[in-house]
Amino acid sequence: MGTISLKNISKSFGSTQVLNNLNVDINDGEFLTLVGPSGCGKSTLLRIIAGLEQQTSGDVLIDNKNVNRVRASERDLAMVFQSYALYPHLTVRRNLETPLRLRDYNSFERLPLIGNFSPSKKEKTESINQLVNKTSETLKISELLDRKPGQLSGGQRQRVALGRAMVREPVAFLMDEPLSNLDAALRVHMRSELSELHNSLKTTFVYVTHDQAEALTMSSRMAVMIDGNLLQLDTPQEVYDNPSSLSVAQFVGSPKINIFKGTADSGGMVSFLNVNLKRKSSESNTDLHIGIRPEHLEITNESNENTFSGTVAYRENLGSDIFFHVNIEDGSNKIIVRGLPQFTHQISNDSNVNIKRVSDKALLFNQAGMRVQFTNA
Amino acid sequence: MEAKQYIGEGWKHAILIIGAIVVMLPFYMMVSMSLKSQQEIQSISGGLIGAQETQTFPVCVKTGYSEETCTMKPYQYNYWFAFEKAPIPRYLMNGVIVTLSIFIIQVLVALPCAYALAKLRFYGREFVFSMVLFCLLIPVHGIALPLYVMLAQAGLVDTYSALILPWTISVFGIFLMRQFFMTVPDELIDAARMDGMGEYAIVWKVMLPTAIPALLAFAIFSVVAHWNDYFWPRMVITGNRDLFTPPLGIREFRGGIDSDEFGPMMASIVTVTVPLIVAFIIAQKRFIEGITLTGMK
Repeated sequence: MGTISLKNISKSFGSTQVLNNLNVDINDGEFLTLVGPSGCGKSTLLRIIAGLEQQTSGDVLIDNKNVNRVRASERDLAMVFQSYALYPHLTVRRNLETPLRLRDYNSFERLPLIGNFSPSKKEKTESINQLVNKTSETLKISELLDRKPGQLSGGQRQRVALGRAMVREPVAFLMDEPLSNLDAALRVHMRSELSELHNSLKTTFVYVTHDQAEALTMSSRMAVMIDGNLLQLDTPQEVYDNPSSLSVAQFVGSPKINIFKGTADSGGMVSFLNVNLKRKSSESNTDLHIGIRPEHLEITNESNENTFSGTVAYRENLGSDIFFHVNIEDGSNKIIVRGLPQFTHQISNDSNVNIKRVSDKALLFNQAGMRVQFTNA
Repeated sequence: MEAKQYIGEGWKHAILIIGAIVVMLPFYMMVSMSLKSQQEIQSISGGLIGAQETQTFPVCVKTGYSEETCTMKPYQYNYWFAFEKAPIPRYLMNGVIVTLSIFIIQVLVALPCAYALAKLRFYGREFVFSMVLFCLLIPVHGIALPLYVMLAQAGLVDTYSALILPWTISVFGIFLMRQFFMTVPDELIDAARMDGMGEYAIVWKVMLPTAIPALLAFAIFSVVAHWNDYFWPRMVITGNRDLFTPPLGIREFRGGIDSDEFGPMMASIVTVTVPLIVAFIIAQKRFIEGITLTGMK
């Protein structure tokens, strides 16, 4: 079992409120990502779960037991750190053994020299060796066991840090931006490895990242945090398709969602620029923010009441897609449009283009930044 | 390389060589005098090792040895007589006992203190640290008398405790280790906590091994200072020759029937200095190897 519940967690450092009354229920075996821009309090939340930081108020429950007063070492959680935090003076093998030695040996057996006289130590040492060997085979680091962390590459250290967390078979894994010190290619590769690892271990993972791509690709659910508040907790697809607020919509998705100024008339009909969405908003007679993702806009040859035009300021060619940064005619807005290379490769900077939207994909937000639904009429 | 550059490098080396000579000269004198006879020392002749003529040494005879025993080469005599006259091995052993005890207890005290000051958050930490800095400013000699009185009251004068106890809390050590611990990443400590270590285990199993280079630097300061200390042992060791440390032992060679016989005196000084130099050379090698924190990032 590995359920973690956070109830009304608040944390402040002096007068600065870092976490604001958070409630999160993490299911057994789930891969939950805490994602948000830097400084949003996600790492603090993870450290509160770990017991390395004490919350100002609220409760942390692990397997339905309140652990507010339980020290980090006794919560049976394992953590992977951004800098890996391997013991620099110990070999990889000893790094992996350390959590097991501390768990299995009693204090007498841990003593140097005389500890070896304990009759039960030999058996325990054997089981520790087996666990270390098993873990290092899983992570393919068997040949590194006799090296020191200083002699390893970044990716290898990453694996050793994972191994040190895995070897104890904890209730849950806590990971604090474990991939951010790796180079881009390795990071993408490790994403899939972590997902596979999660599938085979079936243990709860709580993963902190500022990279929304990591959150979208790996997690079973993601929690978007901004400024100490939990804005949305849902599956990645749901967060992407149905963001609960403007900030979530802007944070999730790369390139960023396009925001247009629009209005809803007295009947609730929504329009922006010269385009009428022909759908009704549940709020009428108000200004709205209309969010349309770059892949829901297309460059077209048509020019009618459903299109608007602009000038290409910059084209970003990613090979599989070309993203056009377009200045809209009235100068109010700079938007990003995705184009497929086979149709749009001839469009160059400074050319005029017409843009149409894919219908039914627009997202509405009111002035306060909260999501507004369309009515089904 | 151009000729000009050679000259530039040459200047640098010339200055460094002169500096080295100035530093080495007293050691040269010490070694040289420990090998020569009294006449050669007083007439400043004989170069490095003197003529080494076999002769009978009058002071030796006066002390009560037969003339036959007292007839030998100067270098043999100097070292032989130094060991005959004073129990130098005993002094050396005292020196080792005292300096090692001081250093070990200093480490036992300073490491947990420095860890708490660098890595734990508690009420009054900044105040405690400012007191540590304040104590760095107090000269030893200023508090020597009160310390002596306290030791005397406790009946500890003329014991090893008197030599060791006053130095067991080294504010310098606390300060030095605290500064070093500040550079150890917090994540390493958090990782140790997650692995199940208590705070003391963190100090001894994580902080101590990463702090070896800083600890060696501190060891050199501490051991050299207390091995060479003359002032404090002179105060608290009043009569018991068995407790003399090496610098007190050297004093044995001054005054008395033989007035100032420099040969054996210098021989004893060489004997006292050599262990320190050897220890320093060994430590320096470890110094450079150093255990680095490259495992972190």
